[in-house]
Order: sequence, then C-alpha cells, then structure tokens
Amino acid sequence: MLAKTDTVIHTNDLNIYYGDFLAVRDVSIAIPNNAITAFIGPSGCGKSTVLRCFNRLNDLIKSFRLRGNVQYHGQNLYAPEVDPVEVRRRIGMVFQKPNPFPKSIYDNIAFGPRLVGYKGNMDELVERSLRGAALWDEVKDKLKESGTALSGGQQQRLCIARTIAMQPDVILMDEPCSALDPISTLKVEDLLQELKEKYTIIIVTHNMQQASRSSDYTAFFNVEQTPKGRTGYIVEYDRTEVIFQSPKEQATQAYVSGRFG
Amino acid sequence: MSDSQALISRSLRRNPWAPRTLFSNVMTGLAIACAVIAIIPLVAVLLYVLINGVSRLDLNLFTQVQPPPRVENGGLGNALQGTFYTVGIATLLAVPFGVMAAVFLSEFVRDTRLARWIGFATNVLSGVPSIVAGTFIYSAIVLTTKTFSAFSGGVALAILMLPVIVRTATEALELVPSELRQASVGLGATRFQTVAGVVLPAALPGIVTGVMLSVARAAGETAPVLFTALGWPTWIQSIWQQANTLSLLVYKFATAPYPNQQQLAWAGSLLLVLLVLVTNILARFVIRRRH
Repeated sequence: MLAKTDTVIHTNDLNIYYGDFLAVRDVSIAIPNNAITAFIGPSGCGKSTVLRCFNRLNDLIKSFRLRGNVQYHGQNLYAPEVDPVEVRRRIGMVFQKPNPFPKSIYDNIAFGPRLVGYKGNMDELVERSLRGAALWDEVKDKLKESGTALSGGQQQRLCIARTIAMQPDVILMDEPCSALDPISTLKVEDLLQELKEKYTIIIVTHNMQQASRSSDYTAFFNVEQTPKGRTGYIVEYDRTEVIFQSPKEQATQAYVSGRFG
Repeated sequence: MSDSQALISRSLRRNPWAPRTLFSNVMTGLAIACAVIAIIPLVAVLLYVLINGVSRLDLNLFTQVQPPPRVENGGLGNALQGTFYTVGIATLLAVPFGVMAAVFLSEFVRDTRLARWIGFATNVLSGVPSIVAGTFIYSAIVLTTKTFSAFSGGVALAILMLPVIVRTATEALELVPSELRQASVGLGATRFQTVAGVVLPAALPGIVTGVMLSVARAAGETAPVLFTALGWPTWIQSIWQQANTLSLLVYKFATAPYPNQQQLAWAGSLLLVLLVLVTNILARFVIRRRH
C-alpha cells in the first residue's frame, strides 16, 4: 500500500529520448494532490510526451527511452518490478481525440471495470461514472446505443466517464478539448472543477484561457533547437496566477501575453 | 488589360467540334464500350447457367442422391452434403489459424522484417495453383492414412482459404484506429485484453467478410478435392470416408454421355453460382452494417 502524499507525481531531472534524439530534457516537477496542473507551451515542446510518461503509455513506442525518474507517491514508476498495467489502472488517461470504443455506451464504461473483474453492482457503477462526467441525463435512456453515435463533446465526456469508472487516483488529459466546440469545452471545464475534488488532474492544453481559467498550477514548456533536433524543457512552473500575472521569466511573459507561440 | 478584355469577350458557348471536346467524347464512348464488354462474360455465364440449370431446380435436387447412368430423376443431395462437409472442415481449420496469424502480424510484429516475410509467404501461398494443394494433401494425408476422405479434401481447401483469410483479416485489423488501442491500454488492459476486447470486435465485420469470400471460393474449387475427397455416389456417414462435392459432380456429369446427368451438371453449376452470389451479397451486407 502506498502512502498518500501531498505530492502525487514527482520527477527528477527527467530526460526523454526517442532513439538517440533527446526529446525533453531536465524535467523536475512536483504535481500536487487534488489540484489541476496545466502544461502549456508551443507545439513540439514535449508536453504530451512528459504526460504520457506518467502512465507509461510511451512504452508502446519502441524507440522510447528515459533517464532520471518518475516517482508516484514515492515509488519509482520505471523500476523494473513495476507492472505498467497496474500503473495505468491508477493513472487514467483522456486523449486529444475522443476515442470511445465502437460498443454501447454501457459497455464503454463497463470495459475497464470488467478488466479487473469488478464484483460490485455494474449498473450502479455505470450510472455513477456517467453522473461523474455530467453525461448521465443526456444518455440515461440510450445506454444500449453505440458510444460512437454521440456528439464529439458527449464522446469526450464518455471517455472521461470511462476513465473515472476505474476509480483512478490521477487523470491525465492530453488536450481534451482541442477537438470540441466552445460549448462542449465549457462543459468539460466545469467538469474539471468537480473532478478535482476527488482526483489529481494534469491537463495539456494549447488554450491559454483554459489554463488560466481552470488550473491551479501551470508549467510552461518551451523548445530549443539543438544540433540533433528540437528539445523541450520546462521554463517555469508555479501557481497559475503567478505564471499568468507575474512570471519570473521573460519567455513565459511573452508566451502568456500572446507575443509568441 | 487587353488580355483580360480578350478573355471576357471570348464566347463561353461550347463548341462541339473543338478537338478537345471531340477527343473527350470519343474517349468517354470507348470507356463505356470497354465496361460493357467486361460485363458481358459475367452476364452470359449467369444467364447460360440459369437457363440450363433452372429446369431441375426443385426440392428433389436437394433431397435425392445422384443418379447412376441411364437412371432418370435423382438429385444432388450427396454432393451438397460433401461440399458442406469439406468446406466446413476447411473453415474450422483455416479461420482460427488465419485469424490468429493476422492478429500476430498486425498486433505484435507490425512493420517488422518478420511481418514482411510472413506476408510474402502468404502471398506466395495464395498464388499456389489449387491442384498443387491437392497433390500435397494427397501425399501428406491420403497416402499416410491410406484412404481418400472428406477430411483430406477439407484440409486441401483449408490451404487455399488460409492466405485469403490472413490477408483480409490483417487488413481489417490494421484499419482499427490506434486511438482505440491506446484507450484500452490507457485503462490498464493487458495486450491480450486489448486484442480480444477491443481490436478484434472492431475488426469483426472485415474479418467476417474475408471468411465468407474465402468460403465461397473454396466451395467452387475442384482441383484440391479431385484426388483427396475423390467422389462417392451416395450419402456419407462420416468425414473419414470418400465424398462427392458439387464441383466434382459438375466435372464428371458435364462430360458424361447421359442427358439426365448433363442436366444435373447444369443444376449443380447453378447452385455453385448461387452460393457464390449469396455469400458475396451477405458479405456486402455485413460491410454496410459497419458504416
């Protein structure tokens, strides 16, 4: 049993490589419990790459290599004895493009719990998860219909419901609103505020208003040209109001005020 | 200024005798003619088989066994039975192996040298003449078990079905978006759970289509069953004995000097064509339901 700490995820001089190419360097960041942490920065700066390290989704990429460590409640996620499947059950993920399974709404939610042989009342869990994702009222009469028949915004909330059905500790969100219209985006943002009561949320976003509206902490990433390619790094990490109102770094100031990127 | 003036003042009306219009019309006509010529064999075969075979298309065709020479009436019951047995055995063998091989190619070794080699081997296998599959099974099974049988016919057909199933199933699996795999893995599914719970169900329509088309192909093959199932004049009791099939019966009766047997050969051809037609239509139906 892991001791619950105020810092959920902690990285120390994390370097991420694809083959010989250093994609992100020197990431040292502490993600606080029950808060929303936003990763912002220009395209190609490694925000998503770092995010995907936190639930070992990068393992799917063959050339992926990592130096340094990622601590989850004090335990090294990349220790050889760690099972990535167990990691992903505690640290869930919502993707950029809504990706419901081509199954019924009910089965989309029940998929994860069935994986772990969930013994409780499945109907109840499905309802609770859909309510948690603010989708229940819209779909309660059509749980048997395909999840792919929903609108984009509903699909994304279905994916969030699917993630929270696993009762995770942390939810990673990789630009969850970039494929959604403004109204759906607002619904998801409202949802984030409810979710942070129970979960630790890390969200990658291109939308600076979204970061400043929704998050408690913000990490600003930038990218620099090296002889071998473009390497991302964290410029500044602080409370969101500090990043947006009185950043210490010139580059952060320029980015959040829209002068570059 | 003067250029745009000239452009505006030029007539927009089509000139039917302009070289480019003429050329275009001629080429369009040529394309239509070629399309019609390409369809002629298909329509001709269908009509010819239908006209010659339809007179014997009744219930007796399915319930009675094939008649000996100089005997009237009779049907194709035993040949149908043999076709179902051999094709059934072939399907039971080829589908699990083919789909598992496709899962391996698409989910485990995709884009590797091994996958390319297996893909190449599959293509070669699909190009192997069907008579070769027959001779192979003749020496591998018929000679070792010392008997012709429906089973050995089924194995020979399975060899022909296998590459078709591997190829269509691999294509269907590779079409499943990687986002779905990531979603499943992200929820903490193991590789097996991802394949069995998400990827295979999503690819099912494509896989079923491939299986149906390969079944239709196997049902019409003659060469592989020619010296494996060999032929048998009446109903069979087990898959370990000789059996007749529709294709074998057509092959033998069509060249027989007896009018009754010749008529039945037409009826058998009609059944085979209908079988292929129905499976193709069913396959299309399955594809359409997916969209």
